[in-house]
Amino acid sequence: MEMAFEIGVSTLLVIGGALGLIGSYGLIKLPDLMTRLHAPTKTTTLGVGAVLIASMLWFAGRHGQINFHELLISIFLFLTAPLTANFIAKAHLHRTGGYADLPPPGDGAVWAGQQPPEDEQVDEPAILPEEGVGDAL
Amino acid sequence: MFLSRLVPHPFLTLLLTFVWMMLMNSVSAGAAAFGLFLGLVVPFLTQSYWPDRPRIHRPLKIVEYILVVLYDIVTANITVARIVLFVPRARLQPAWVVIPLELRSPEAITVLAGSITLTPGTLTAEVSSDAHSILVHCLHAPEPDAVRDEIKQRYERRLLEIFP
Repeated sequence: MEMAFEIGVSTLLVIGGALGLIGSYGLIKLPDLMTRLHAPTKTTTLGVGAVLIASMLWFAGRHGQINFHELLISIFLFLTAPLTANFIAKAHLHRTGGYADLPPPGDGAVWAGQQPPEDEQVDEPAILPEEGVGDAL
Repeated sequence: MFLSRLVPHPFLTLLLTFVWMMLMNSVSAGAAAFGLFLGLVVPFLTQSYWPDRPRIHRPLKIVEYILVVLYDIVTANITVARIVLFVPRARLQPAWVVIPLELRSPEAITVLAGSITLTPGTLTAEVSSDAHSILVHCLHAPEPDAVRDEIKQRYERRLLEIFP
């Protein structure tokens, strides 16, 4: 029984580690930023999930205490992983001018990042330098 | 009226209480009391950022949705691992897919975008200016139309039942 329990926990740890390794290998192997972005968002879900389940099982079986921290960690990861991926994707589109190559959304709309900023007016500095100041620079 | 000003988001209050108790890892009265205090103060102080209460039509469907997404995360992780390991770079076919949305509530679109990113192989990158479609990047999609149909069938149909 004890043996089976330990094998179960170890299997989960190995699965988690293997997925992390494959995700990191994906970062090297995949050709460009957008495809590379797939690797880290994936390993955080299942790879970290497997390690957290292993941790929960271990402490529940060994010390008879149920930890909720693992559950919270996975919930916070699930909330934050898509956001960071989305931010990186948008920054990438802006930096490379990739918006031109995207398929159009239809209905005459544009992608949100293609819209001109709402307030294009640049705030005037409150104190303008006098005429001639700074010309020497 | 007074009560709804004081407790603008009852569900958020409950959620914060539970999260605090889980953080403390105890079910004692003290943890519950302080959690409830936070659950009352935080929504009250931040209520100007949450003007609307999200309307949820069929709460039990949320459980089904979470189970479907979790199942998909596991199976699709294996698919992506196989793509990374065995598909050579030259044969990889990344694709941009436009998904027209029937969902209109912002919360529902956020949940859909999040689940698309969490399920491996697909990643939400953008939303259109009228919020009527989202842009998804696929790691390896020989048939982009099939991806679009699957996302609409599996996730959006279920979310439409939850968020009217």
